[in-house]
Amino acid sequence: MATYLEFIQQNEERDGVRFSWNVWPSSRLEATRMVVPLACLLTPLRERPDLPPVQYEPVLCSRPTCKAILNPLCQVDYRAKLWACNFCFQRNQFPPAYTGISEVNQPAELMPQFSTIEYVIQRGPQSPLIFLYVVDTCLEEDDLQALKESLQMSLSLLPPDALVGLITFGRMVQVHELSCEGISKSFVFRGTKDLTAKQIQDMLGLTTPAMPMQQARPQEHPFVSSRFLQPIQKIDMNLTDLLGELQRDPWPVTQGKRPLRSTGVALSIAVGLLEGTFPNTGARIMLFTGGPPTQGPGMVVGDELKVPIRSWHDIEKDNARFMKKATKHYEMLANRAATNGHCIDIYACALDQTGLLEMKCCANLTGGHMVMGDSFNTSLFKQTFQRIFSKDFNGNFRMAFGATLEVKTSRELKIAGAVGPCVSLNVKGPCVSENELGVGGTSQWKICGLDPTSTLGIYFEVVNQHNAPIPQGGRGAIQFVTQYQHSSTQRRIRVTTVARNWADAQSHLRHIEAAFDQEAAAVLMARLGVFRAESEEGPDVLRWLDRQLIRLFMFHLRRSPFLQVFNNSPDESSYYRHHFARQDLTQSLIMIQPILYSYSFHGPPEPVLLDSSSILADRILLMDTFFQIVIYLGETIAQWRKAGYQDMPEYENFKHLLQAPLDDAQEILQARFPMPRYINTEHGGSQARFLLSKVNPSQTHNNLYTWGQETGAPILTDDVSLQVFMDHLKKLAVSSAC
Amino acid sequence: MNVNQSAPPVPPFGQPQPVYPGYHQSSYGGQPGSTAPPTHYGAYNGPVPGYQETLAPGVSRAPPSLGAPPATTAQTPCGQAAYGQFGQGDVQNGPSSTVQMQRLSGSQPFGSAPLAPVVSQPTVLQPYGPLPTSSQVTAQLAGMQISGAMAPAPPTLGLGYGSFGPGRGPQPNYGSPYPGAPTFGSQPGPPQPLPPKRLDPDAIPSPIQVIEDDRNNRGSEPFVTGVRGQVPPLVTTNFLVKDQGNASPRYIRCTSYNIPCTSDMAKQAQVPLAAVIKPLARLPPEEASPYVVDHGESGPLRCNRCKAYMCPFMQFIEGGRRFQCCFCSCINDVPPQYFQHLDHTGKRVDAYDRPELSLGSYEFLATVDYCKNNKFPSPPAFIFMIDVSYNAIRSGLVRLLCEELKSLLDCLPREGRAEESAIRVGFVTYNKVLHFYNVKSSLAQPQMMVVSDVADMFVPLLDGFLVNVNESRAVITSLLDQIPEMFADTRETETVFAPVIQAGMEALKAAECAGKLFLFHTSLPIAEAPGKLKNRDDRKLINTDKEKTLFQPQTGAYQTLAKECVAQGCCVDLFLFPNQYVDVATLCVVPQLTGGSVYKYACFQVENDQERFLSDLRRDVQKVVGFDAVMRVRTSTGIRAVDFFGAFYMSNTTDVELAGLDGDKTVTVEFKHDDRLNEESGALLQCALLYTSCAGQRRLRIHNLALNCCTQLADLYRNCETDTLINYMAKFAYRGVLNSPVKTVRDALITQCAQILACYRKNCASPSSAGQLILPECMKLLPVYLNCVLKSDVLQPGAEVTTDDRAYVRQLVTSMDVAETNVFFYPRLLPLTKSPIESTTEPPAVRASEERLSDGDIYLLENGLNLFLWVGASVQQGVVQSLFSVSSFSQITSGLSILPVLDNPLSKKVRGLVDSLRAQRSRYMKLIVVKQEDKLEMLFKHFLVEDKSLSGGASYVDFLCHMHKEIRQLLS
Repeated sequence: MATYLEFIQQNEERDGVRFSWNVWPSSRLEATRMVVPLACLLTPLRERPDLPPVQYEPVLCSRPTCKAILNPLCQVDYRAKLWACNFCFQRNQFPPAYTGISEVNQPAELMPQFSTIEYVIQRGPQSPLIFLYVVDTCLEEDDLQALKESLQMSLSLLPPDALVGLITFGRMVQVHELSCEGISKSFVFRGTKDLTAKQIQDMLGLTTPAMPMQQARPQEHPFVSSRFLQPIQKIDMNLTDLLGELQRDPWPVTQGKRPLRSTGVALSIAVGLLEGTFPNTGARIMLFTGGPPTQGPGMVVGDELKVPIRSWHDIEKDNARFMKKATKHYEMLANRAATNGHCIDIYACALDQTGLLEMKCCANLTGGHMVMGDSFNTSLFKQTFQRIFSKDFNGNFRMAFGATLEVKTSRELKIAGAVGPCVSLNVKGPCVSENELGVGGTSQWKICGLDPTSTLGIYFEVVNQHNAPIPQGGRGAIQFVTQYQHSSTQRRIRVTTVARNWADAQSHLRHIEAAFDQEAAAVLMARLGVFRAESEEGPDVLRWLDRQLIRLFMFHLRRSPFLQVFNNSPDESSYYRHHFARQDLTQSLIMIQPILYSYSFHGPPEPVLLDSSSILADRILLMDTFFQIVIYLGETIAQWRKAGYQDMPEYENFKHLLQAPLDDAQEILQARFPMPRYINTEHGGSQARFLLSKVNPSQTHNNLYTWGQETGAPILTDDVSLQVFMDHLKKLAVSSAC
Repeated sequence: MNVNQSAPPVPPFGQPQPVYPGYHQSSYGGQPGSTAPPTHYGAYNGPVPGYQETLAPGVSRAPPSLGAPPATTAQTPCGQAAYGQFGQGDVQNGPSSTVQMQRLSGSQPFGSAPLAPVVSQPTVLQPYGPLPTSSQVTAQLAGMQISGAMAPAPPTLGLGYGSFGPGRGPQPNYGSPYPGAPTFGSQPGPPQPLPPKRLDPDAIPSPIQVIEDDRNNRGSEPFVTGVRGQVPPLVTTNFLVKDQGNASPRYIRCTSYNIPCTSDMAKQAQVPLAAVIKPLARLPPEEASPYVVDHGESGPLRCNRCKAYMCPFMQFIEGGRRFQCCFCSCINDVPPQYFQHLDHTGKRVDAYDRPELSLGSYEFLATVDYCKNNKFPSPPAFIFMIDVSYNAIRSGLVRLLCEELKSLLDCLPREGRAEESAIRVGFVTYNKVLHFYNVKSSLAQPQMMVVSDVADMFVPLLDGFLVNVNESRAVITSLLDQIPEMFADTRETETVFAPVIQAGMEALKAAECAGKLFLFHTSLPIAEAPGKLKNRDDRKLINTDKEKTLFQPQTGAYQTLAKECVAQGCCVDLFLFPNQYVDVATLCVVPQLTGGSVYKYACFQVENDQERFLSDLRRDVQKVVGFDAVMRVRTSTGIRAVDFFGAFYMSNTTDVELAGLDGDKTVTVEFKHDDRLNEESGALLQCALLYTSCAGQRRLRIHNLALNCCTQLADLYRNCETDTLINYMAKFAYRGVLNSPVKTVRDALITQCAQILACYRKNCASPSSAGQLILPECMKLLPVYLNCVLKSDVLQPGAEVTTDDRAYVRQLVTSMDVAETNVFFYPRLLPLTKSPIESTTEPPAVRASEERLSDGDIYLLENGLNLFLWVGASVQQGVVQSLFSVSSFSQITSGLSILPVLDNPLSKKVRGLVDSLRAQRSRYMKLIVVKQEDKLEMLFKHFLVEDKSLSGGASYVDFLCHMHKEIRQLLS
């Protein structure tokens, strides 16, 4: 058999699953001793160009509490046309369509290579995709112009039958009616008043006053009723004009005030509108905002400019007046949207904070995107926004809606919870653990917006008792069933069934150890850490993490913006955490420990230690932190460039050297969502701080002279270096007699 | 015969009547010339012992009889009545002064036999016979002797009360038993064995005659206002006014121009002291509108203490360095820039150069101190708020209105000769949600913004809602074209109301200006919103203690809203198009309190009502309005303005706040004594109105009026104006119905009237038999007019009068001026075919009684709101042909509202007359053609106010008898 590394990679390729342990300790006691829980990173919609969906429905186990789906791990009696469920051992008859089944004529779901398989459900109405733009008009003129252009551009990317809607807000909230000729019509709401969904629907005239007799039967498309959401093909021109005519919020903003921005009400209306018209249909609410909400429910800061928006300091001191209330408001909205299967994207572009801290749950709970930038008039926003509408190899959007993820386990395992862009569906069952890790207490989650990279961390608990050993060679199985609305509007079900060996930790410790996936474990632990950091006080989490497990990654994790709030605004922290909780393993690793490449005349580009000692005068460094791409020219290189050597034909190699990191950076920029901040700096440049803040401060002002001066760049920080950290660690490890 | 008309047998005016040698009333005939000092009555101060005992002991004033009435009559025994026209002449004028009388004070005595005893003498009753010649006394029939000419009445012994059978019960309409009423007004010669005697209608005071006389006597010369306490000509008379120091009667009319010095006197007389003020009254083109005085930054000069404005009555002293306030006597310094020397009479040399020193009415430009928030106001705005619910669309209203607005917007009021109006306009449509429109000039097409949050109304846009018409014309036209289309298929029947006003008010607030809302509304606002109403119309409440609730608003929400509107200077004009009950009483609250107008078009249909509505709308939009106004009436020490009637809001007891005030709106102010007045200095009124003109200029309009003061009751009675009195009493009563049962209100009116007349009788009239009804000359129409008020729809509704109609009329009357109340309560009835066709003047009116109609004639009847053309059954065919273009009476369409345009003199004349009548009134009167004996005639007869009405209102004659009885009771 291949190495575990290959096995892990293979499994990830095929199933989109990576476990922290690939051989499972067979008893609860042993599992707890392992410290790192049995958990996996699941990318439910991992792109599988080689996996065509099958055009029929899955076969379910007939036991009502189980309903597991027929999979390659099931035992099949071809003669009796029976199959045994590998989760509950129920024996099931094959449905009539499977009469021709035999050893040589197997349906796809029984073949081992189809441990992941996708079914297309044919029944049920197909509802179009819905895009509801919620646009802030309190922007600077050029920002608004750029945003308008981006939005107009996006219309051309939408499928012609997609429904679109437009809500604009400033001091008031306007819901635009899109199918009007001759006069543009909008419904206006006060930005200060919280309305219930019922009120919103009444006011928008969506609740048809029970018209007796009239058209009781005709089942036209139920969605034609909404004037506010219209097929793009019908109102393309109208909407383009409407967007073109959008003006900045006309209400005067006096000196020393922030514009009044009713983000809270606008979102509430967007949620209410979709809730009333298209419940349980895939829909994206896309919020574009250029500043913090300043009035009404969900306000984050008052309109007085002299009062700055809350900082971490304020939050610690309990001085953030509006935070709790606002958070509650957005949480309520997020939950409502999630219930209805709608996802909320937040595109916040402003130099100051925009209240992402309060609004984060909207994206986090519904699987929406969160994009943070400085201005709508930057390529960061423009390209990121375009990338949302990128298409896969089949020409479909890389997005899925209204998904539910159901997890089934063998009886030795229970589900402890999940960390990711999901909400609990509160489905209790025999395989749900009482101990919660992440969002727990359920075996099903709702993920309103999914893309091929969305990744959840799912945590399990081994419940097998020590005195009831599992027979040698026994395997535990887990089935992930993801039902979702594909962007082609089909409903699909993707089923992944995986199994791993059980091993007795006492006798087979080496096996288990060898099958440990440290990358997955690190990310999974980090996710737990971030999850806790979101809900608990920062230092406590760090202490918890220190206690749990300390390895190299963890040094960087401790310093990462996911746990440290120092030097980050609350909004930035929320933003980083948001992405950390949904990116796949590779990206997560980059986030935890940024990658540093070094370019020099000495050889091909090479990865180097993320350490201050790597910062050398004759090198070009390329750092990828996921959120930032930094190109850093060493002192000498910078001088050379300044001197213009690259333009001299005899120094063409220098020109190439300069170009190489740029090309590599472009490659990363092309692929990543959201687009990272691209920083091109040099020694002594102000932007160099992005690099300096990330590297291991092996040389600081404290030890500068002891280390000598010949290499590296000193970092002015009081943070401990990895060396010191490791020293402490060793001491602790030895002294603590656990 | 006609009362007051000099009849041949009457001796020359001014000659003491031999029969009553004891009376020297001749001088009461009037104040010939303008200089007659009030003291010349002193000659009659001899005590008349007979009346002594009625005086309150210790009151040091002349016995009431001393100011004896100029006209008296003695009771001729046995019903012999004498009607002396003593009052008409002035002895001092000598015999030559036959017809030069002004409308003089005087009294008109009516003799009457004792009521009760006569019942036992039925046999001697003289049946009603053919009318005697007009020169003869004819009023004997009902035993009610109306003294007419000097000729002795026919000997009718034991006159007239026989018909008052003892078996008759008290008439329910009156507080006390009123015998015989039901038979009054019946046609002559009832088939009873004992035919009832009735009072000859011709013998009782005729409004028509009074109006005619006044026209003839006073219409020719201009009314010069220089003299204190002059009674102006009647409102029905066309006359020119020359302002020489007192405000024109077009601005202020008083119930009396000579007011008692003391409150005791005033109480005794019971004559209300009130002024009917129309501060922005329109003037005929011949009269100049008030001069605008600009005192620059210092602003108008005022008394330091009472803050009265500089006026012609201020007394300059100390060589012009100081002036003494004519209201509070405070002595003020004259600021240096205002100083001017005095001439030998103590008058400022520049008195005639300065309007505020020589005129009764003028305007000051206000300084910034007089502006809200110490900021000069921005030009006002008009907001058109159109109901687009199903009813409005179906009736064609919306289409019609939008079409009309396109051209009407060019006619917004503008200041002086300004090229374009400064007024900005905005548009809102609504059903149960509101639609605002952005009509900014830069837009390619209008934008509609729907606000459905009616519970918490707000204005969704700032920029582009209120626009200049010319700049945004294209967008506005496009909008007005689209509104009818957009809602053409509406099914929405529910409407809101309060949020609409709220929205308009908020819009003005946001724009920081005053303005006017034009609301076009169709139905009871039952949609869930603030100010939601329910149908509470209940006819069963009529004549119960709860009747008042029908006039009260259903909810207090509208009062609160109105208050906010007033604070913002937001005036609301309401056009109602109801198909059923809409609760006018509640809907009118805001227009009423903001100085707005209400128009009601029941069952509106474009074909029938288009002209009327459009005409009203045009007028309403174009009329000059003062915005955000405050009016204050200052008076000489001694009296005080205590009560105000009209369409306005008051947050304290002195300032009348008017969000808007136009030239039709009138405020009636009542005064009470709080001290003694001085006969010499008289009583002064100064009405100051601070307002924003339609171009946004802040101004003060000042009206001054000086009145005489008297210590003799007779002077009071001689200088009264019945029309103004009726205006006051109607408004008083119409307000009373809000708080008291209608019956109480009616009784109070009757009592007050009786008290007024009894006081006169007791104190001023010559001693005569108690059975004689004696009326002061100035008040001889009081009974007939009062009766009209009493039987008006508000106070005594007929079966066909809806609750909404009553509330509507009640509301209308509240801000009517004297001319309007006059014709409203006593409609004009004009015979069309009696006068020669070629005469160009209006035909003389006839009395509003069925008896006056001849079935061979055609009549026009108007009361300021309604216009009827009554066609007698036996009108000549030629007339029918030339008017209606049909061959016979039977072919005339009943209820026709437009006369065919025919090219013949009669048709032209009638149509011309109709047009001229309409032009005289502030509201368009829809014409209704009524045929004799037709169903519609019932409607028409309702306006024949001298007759007994179907709803139980008394006929004039009956009422007069009743009044007489009341007076007698008071006297005994």
